[in-house]
Amino acid sequence: MCPSVGDAVIRGTGTATSANGAPAVEVHRVHKRFGLVEVLCGISLAVQAGETVCIIGPSGSGKSTLLRCINHLETIDRGSIRIDGRLVGYDERAGQLIEARAADVAQRRAEIGMVFQRFNLFPNKTALGNVMTGPVLVAHLSKAEARGVAAAALEQVGMGEFGASFPAQLSGGQQQRVAIARALAMHPRVMLFDEPTSALDPELVGEVLGVMRELARTGMTMLVVTHEMHFAGEVANRVFFIDRGIVVEEGSPERVLHHPENPRTVAFLSALPAAQELA
Amino acid sequence: MSEEETNVSEARSGATFLPAGDAAGQALDEDDLIVRPRGSRLRRARSVLLGAAGLAVVAYLVYAMATSPNVSWGVVASFFHNSKILAGLLVTLELTVLAAVCGGVLGVLLALMRVTRNAVLRTIASVYIWFFRGTPLLVQVIFLYDIALFIPQVGIGPFSASTNTLVTPFVAGLLALSLNNAAYVCEIVRGGIVSVDRGQIDAALALGLTPQRAMNRVVLPQALRVILPAYGNLFIDLVKATSLVSVIGLQELLTTAENIAENNYRVVELLIVACMWYLIVTTLLTLGQQRLERYLGRSTGASVPGRSLRQALGLGFLLRRGHVS
Ligand SMILES: Nc1ncnc2c1ncn2[C@@H]1O[C@H](COP(=O)(O)OP(=O)(O)OP(=O)(O)O)[C@@H](O)[C@H]1O
Ligand SMILES: [Mg+2]
Repeated sequence: MCPSVGDAVIRGTGTATSANGAPAVEVHRVHKRFGLVEVLCGISLAVQAGETVCIIGPSGSGKSTLLRCINHLETIDRGSIRIDGRLVGYDERAGQLIEARAADVAQRRAEIGMVFQRFNLFPNKTALGNVMTGPVLVAHLSKAEARGVAAAALEQVGMGEFGASFPAQLSGGQQQRVAIARALAMHPRVMLFDEPTSALDPELVGEVLGVMRELARTGMTMLVVTHEMHFAGEVANRVFFIDRGIVVEEGSPERVLHHPENPRTVAFLSALPAAQELA
Repeated sequence: MSEEETNVSEARSGATFLPAGDAAGQALDEDDLIVRPRGSRLRRARSVLLGAAGLAVVAYLVYAMATSPNVSWGVVASFFHNSKILAGLLVTLELTVLAAVCGGVLGVLLALMRVTRNAVLRTIASVYIWFFRGTPLLVQVIFLYDIALFIPQVGIGPFSASTNTLVTPFVAGLLALSLNNAAYVCEIVRGGIVSVDRGQIDAALALGLTPQRAMNRVVLPQALRVILPAYGNLFIDLVKATSLVSVIGLQELLTTAENIAENNYRVVELLIVACMWYLIVTTLLTLGQQRLERYLGRSTGASVPGRSLRQALGLGFLLRRGHVS
């Protein structure tokens, strides 16, 4: 499954390291296998604070697995993942990574917001209740404080009027915006988006991308797995093309999306329905 | 089917020929078709006939029972409030409640064992369920009453006692009912837990909840909606299952009725008395169950199970390395 060692990664100019301190997200030679299938094959990437990075790649290439490893929803087999220079999910002891205590893992996860393809809102809670869950149960705010934080987060995604609605009463786009607010209410250092618009009807995609565009503009560090090439081209600072568990090509959207060099990137992009629009 | 087709055309044509207009005197537009419930006189006549036939059968059965020379309703009435019967009823209720509590706790533990990644715990739970669901409760009752054959002594040194003195019919009956009940509770709870979408756990963990809190605050409240109706049925089954301990002579409702019948030969009457009491208890429980289900289904969400209930089920610590990774 993994590509041969000879496969060189084509890197664009300049953005991979920062002058001051550690990158916001640093994935270093991570391996992950499910049974016999190696899904991540020593993947490395770094995202600087305030950057928006889009991850593209064919189905099954390991994009979701990568995001789930970053907040330790999946364990990793080798390598390391750091947020703000600190390991997630593991403690380093004598040159080895040991699974961290559940409470410590949870604390690190609270700093990382995640938005899922299928929203995963809690169906038995209102929009406000969903957004309050983190502040109440994790940040241990009082109900009143949490309500304030949650209301502000809902306002930020344009869902201020829908606090009392249950997920089943909302459209897909509205549900996804509530899910974004739920993550934002924890004031995360980094936001991970796993194909946030793939489960939406075409006419609802825009409102969610709009919220994300605004979020990127305010300086949130974002890792976005997406098939929305327009969004990637417009909003991303850098684009990573992932195939078979490694980063095959990375660089500015202009370079990766319009002037790809790796044959696999070329093949992937030309097979997209939106290929003509991009060219 | 031809009958129904006629109805359709009837309804269509009927629309145009019905007297036009409403109170406001508006003419009926040709497009405004009147909607009428499906069905014809023939269908209605058929359902009336069926209903009447059903009633006739029920009436005959009631009449036959009421006038049977072999059933003395006076005897039924006189034993209905009999103090021995009431004492038996009390034992039945005690057994039910205690077995439900013990079986419930053990069952939830078993369910959590079944969803952990710990293969040993999972296997133990599976074998337990395999045995207690796969053998008759009646046999389990007898086995547990004769447990002294396998384990003659319990305890150590000076604190040991003979099993025979400890295992009274009540203890044996309670043990058997609890152990058996636990196997079913386990399957119901496990079914509830796995019915909750895996994405719910992901979302809770991603927010920073610990696996245990994710289980207690996100998964179990949602699982309860699936668990409670099934558990209600199990509880009602348990009431009736207590009658099986009559084989080891415990004086619960059915045994008491049988013992009285042995003396006065009014077997049918006393069985009717026992059945009436079982029906009263199960009817009350059914009503309670309906209220609970209505409460849970009140809104699209807002299942607000009491905090204590949630905590009683809050044994997610077993799952730290398991179901919720
Ligand atoms: N929990 C799991 N158990 C076993 N295999 C898995 C699991 N999760 C993912 N995989 C496998 O790992 C591979 C990568 O999956 P992943 O979901 O990361 O791909 P992806 O790039 O997100 O694809 P898509 O664009 O379809 O979402 C796939 O072959 C998938 O079948
Ligand atoms: Mg995916």
